[in-house]
Formats: sequence, C-alpha cells, structure tokens
Amino acid sequence: MNPLVLWFHKLGSPPYFYTFAGRLLPWLYAVALLGSVIGLYGGLVVAPSDYQQGDSFRMIYVHVPCAWMSLFAYLFMAANGFIALVWRIKLSETLAMAAAPVGAAFTLITLVSGSLWGKPMWGTWWTWDARLTSELVLLFLFIGVIGLYHAIEDTRQAARAAAFLALIGVVNLPIVHYSVIWWNTLHQGQTVSLMGNSKISGSMLWPLLTLAAATHVYFFASVLARSRAMLLSLESGKDWVRALARGETMGREGAAHV
Amino acid sequence: MSEFFAMGGYGGYVWAAYAVFFVVLAIDAVAPVWQRRRALRELGTRLKRQAARNSP
Repeated sequence: MNPLVLWFHKLGSPPYFYTFAGRLLPWLYAVALLGSVIGLYGGLVVAPSDYQQGDSFRMIYVHVPCAWMSLFAYLFMAANGFIALVWRIKLSETLAMAAAPVGAAFTLITLVSGSLWGKPMWGTWWTWDARLTSELVLLFLFIGVIGLYHAIEDTRQAARAAAFLALIGVVNLPIVHYSVIWWNTLHQGQTVSLMGNSKISGSMLWPLLTLAAATHVYFFASVLARSRAMLLSLESGKDWVRALARGETMGREGAAHV
Repeated sequence: MSEFFAMGGYGGYVWAAYAVFFVVLAIDAVAPVWQRRRALRELGTRLKRQAARNSP
C-alpha cells in the first residue's frame, strides 16, 4: 500500500493518534500564539484608522477570523460526522464531537464582538438582520449537537445521533455565507474574497489574514487536545489507557513512554 | 500611549471585543487539560481499588 495511505490508516488507531496528537500539540499552540501576537500587533498598531469608522473598525481582527472559523468548524464537524455515520470510524466520531465546543466558542465570540461594534456604528446591540440571525442559529446548532451528545448514555450512539443533527444543520451554512447577498439588510457585504479583488487596503488586510491563519491552527490544536481527552474515556477498558492511568496515579514516570 | 488605549473614543468597545476573544479561547484551551487529567485520575483510582480487592 502507498505509505501515505498506510500512515492514514495507522492514524485512525486511537493509541497511535493519542501519541501523535500529543507530540504535535505544543507546536500547534506555539504557532497559533505567535501568529496571534503578530496579527494583533499589525491590527492594533500598524494598520491605519478607517476613514469612516475611525478606530472602531479594529474589532474586525477578532470578529472576522472568528466568523470564518465558526463556519469552518461546522464544516469540519459535519464532514467528520458524515464519515462517522457512513464508515463508523471511532476517531471521526470523536473529532466531530470535539469540534462542536470549539465551534460554539468561535460563534459566541463572533456574535459578541459584532454586537460590540454594532452599538457605536449602527446604534444598536442587536437587530434581526439575516446575517446576524443565521449566525445565531449556527450557535444554537452547535449547542444542540453538544446537548444531544451529552444527553445519550452510550457514547458511540450519542455521537452518531449528534452527527446526524450536525449534517441536517449544514443547510444553514450557505444561508450564513450568502445572507448578505440574498437579503439587503444592515450587515455589510463581503470585503475579503479568495478569488478576485479584496476591497481592503493591504496594510489592513495582512493582519487579518495572519489572524485567520492563527485561529485555524488554534482550532486544530483545540480539537486534537479535546479528542485526546475523549479517547481516554472512550477507551478506558483498553490496555493502553490503563497503562497511562496507572502511570498517572503512581507518578508521571510510568506514562512517559506511551 | 493613552491615545492608543482610547482608540479614538471607541476604546471600551474595541477592548471589550478583544477581552471576550481572549477569555473565551482561554477557557476553551484549559478545558481539555482538565478533562484529560480527570479521566486518567478517575480510571487510576478505579484500577487501584480493583487491584486491592483482588489481592488476598
């Protein structure tokens, strides 16, 4: 078999994944932190004030990366949920369920930071604009997935039920993304675009893209860390977890080699 | 420096947005550390109890 495919199969095994993710985590956290510091310095200090919004526009450096992450996290959760439902891979169930709280966190930051910008700029904390409402529905979907997962006793059945809910909720993703085009309400349209021209000056854009990259790396770090913790509970009957737990109660030396 | 913190009069809103960003993500980062420790500790004490019960 192709060595890459072989490695991918190996990664699906929980003990291998646990060790691999544990080695990767410090690097991911370091890159995310470094990227955030550079991006925040660029956004708060280097970038000039907006000619209309003054310095209030600087909150986009948390709002926009988190908004992108809220959609990305949902897509990641739904994709892994799909794999879990079709091929019943335990690691995919775990990854899907690990992504839900991280996605909920990013969605919450998006809503709160948007509200904090809306007050001085629009004159209101909240309005039932299409973009705002669909993003709120996204938060409820994340909470629904988390709630359903914790409401069912059997963890693997719970993961499949929650994955199914996550898949149904995918219908909300295009609504969030296209809401500013389909309904002409208060939220502004798309400024940054992957293809074609972005309607933003380069000195304002690079901190935004740096923070977007940093939040992506952070997302994967958080999902891996959560998956490791979840695998310990899921596999608590297995020898590799028992060896780890024995090491933990007798001192840390026993766990070092696993 | 105070000009930097004032953010042209929008200081309260801008810094509140950044505070929410850091507080929420800090909680999100710490949660898995606690979960992992608790899972290992609980299983460890269970195994110890089992071993004590099985030894004559």
